[in-house]
Amino acid sequence: MNLKLWISLAVGSLSTAAIAQDSNELVIDGETLVTETAAPAHLEDFDTIYSGWRFRSRETQALETDDFDNPAFVFVDQGLDLWEEVDGSAGKACASCHEDVEDFAGLRTQLPRVQDGELVAMEDLVNGCRTERMGAEPWKWSGGNMTAMTALIGLQSRGMPVGVKIDGEAAPFWEKGKELYYTRVGQLDMACSNCHENNYGVMIRADHLSQGQINGFPTYRLKNAKLNSIHARFKGCMKNIRAEPFKEGGDEFKALELYLASRGQGLSVETPSVRN
Amino acid sequence: MKRAIGLAAIAAMTVSAALAETVAPTNVTLADGVIEASLTGQPGDPVEGRKVFANRKQGNCLACHVNSDLSEEIFHGEVGPPIDGVADRWSAGELRAIVTNSKMVFEGTIMPAFYIDSGYERPLEDFAGKSILSAQQVEDVVAYLMTLKEE
Ligand code: HEC
Ligand code: HEC
Repeated sequence: MNLKLWISLAVGSLSTAAIAQDSNELVIDGETLVTETAAPAHLEDFDTIYSGWRFRSRETQALETDDFDNPAFVFVDQGLDLWEEVDGSAGKACASCHEDVEDFAGLRTQLPRVQDGELVAMEDLVNGCRTERMGAEPWKWSGGNMTAMTALIGLQSRGMPVGVKIDGEAAPFWEKGKELYYTRVGQLDMACSNCHENNYGVMIRADHLSQGQINGFPTYRLKNAKLNSIHARFKGCMKNIRAEPFKEGGDEFKALELYLASRGQGLSVETPSVRN
Repeated sequence: MKRAIGLAAIAAMTVSAALAETVAPTNVTLADGVIEASLTGQPGDPVEGRKVFANRKQGNCLACHVNSDLSEEIFHGEVGPPIDGVADRWSAGELRAIVTNSKMVFEGTIMPAFYIDSGYERPLEDFAGKSILSAQQVEDVVAYLMTLKEE
């Protein structure tokens, strides 16, 4: 960790964990990321949106500020290997068709998006290339290969503002996602909004509740020491309230993903982020 | 040997007597924010109730309520109001109603209803048709809450 960073962390730690979202800045490689900004107009009950990074402890935050310390980069490197790796009946790798992974700068900010009347997530695009262009097996939605690849591709957009399209063809998907966000489920009978809209900033037992933003995915979690997909996180939150999760990669979670992305419009892509 | 069997038989009788008087979740009458009668027909055990309050797989009340009486537990949530002195603010019948079905007392609350076995959507299979707490556990928690007095 460099000295400047150490100082900013030391100053930041004067405030308590509970108000972490009001106090500090995320600087990676000299670039300041937007972790706090005005809420998009469609969010009626919110003035300000915050990245989940703002709610983590100093120690966890620090891991994301330097790519050498960020444990997610082990997986980004795996993603780079996979990028070059020939697989499938067509004898191709990603690199056979895409000149440079950097060409994907900006893609993360737009997903999920509607193509040919369907809502597609980054995982769909990756598997589309694998099955249709490479003649390879699709990867599991939240499997290690997939999260390594979505981390590598997402990283190319780091620092760019989330900006998904929610009108026109996207509108019905967005509406559906919104409805899911506010619907109570599970034996504990809670909606995403109960925790992430009405109670962000407070402790729920050992966890500091954030706004449940998805700008940092896939996320490296200290809890399971691997990259976690957006849908795997949704699944985890549903299971915690003893609800039967929707299917990873299914219509419900993709709609929810679009809606959640839209709640974070303007936050910087932080991929790959570190959380606990 | 004989004596042991005798005791077991008596214990079994007590259990079935208690079961006979237990009010099923669907039969609970909650009127004006109060449930007067014990759900088991008997007083709860505050010592057990204290455990249910803290246990993550049971009440996990501590996930949302700060409770000075449980200072040995490090993590106390802040989603709900601190529970200290709760018996000064509410009667046993009111507390029983809050724990049984908080939504009948606080409209739109995030606090789960601990003694209902239907009316929620998409439960995980293991929990379908079940209440979070048993009638006995609700009574134990209520008995425990009644010990939390400050005045
Ligand atoms: C009982 C409370 C609760 C409910 C209900 C809940 N979550 Fe969460 N969620 C948490 C906690 C605790 C965390 C970890 C701390 C944090 O980031 O808020 C979390 C984290 C997340 C994160 C990761 C944020 C990040 O920065 O990495 C996302 C995304 C998320 N939740 C989405 C959802 C969605 C979608 C739903 C509804 C299907 C939902 N949550 C329902 C408690 C909840
Ligand atoms: C997910 C959060 C959550 C959990 C878990 C929870 N509560 Fe609550 N509780 C609340 C909230 C929030 C309120 C305030 C009512 C409101 O406005 O919604 C409340 C109110 C109360 C009150 C009234 C307090 C007062 O002083 O007015 C009591 C008593 C209570 N809860 C007991 C319990 C018990 C006992 C348990 C566990 C068996 C429990 N709660 C679990 C969130 C929770």
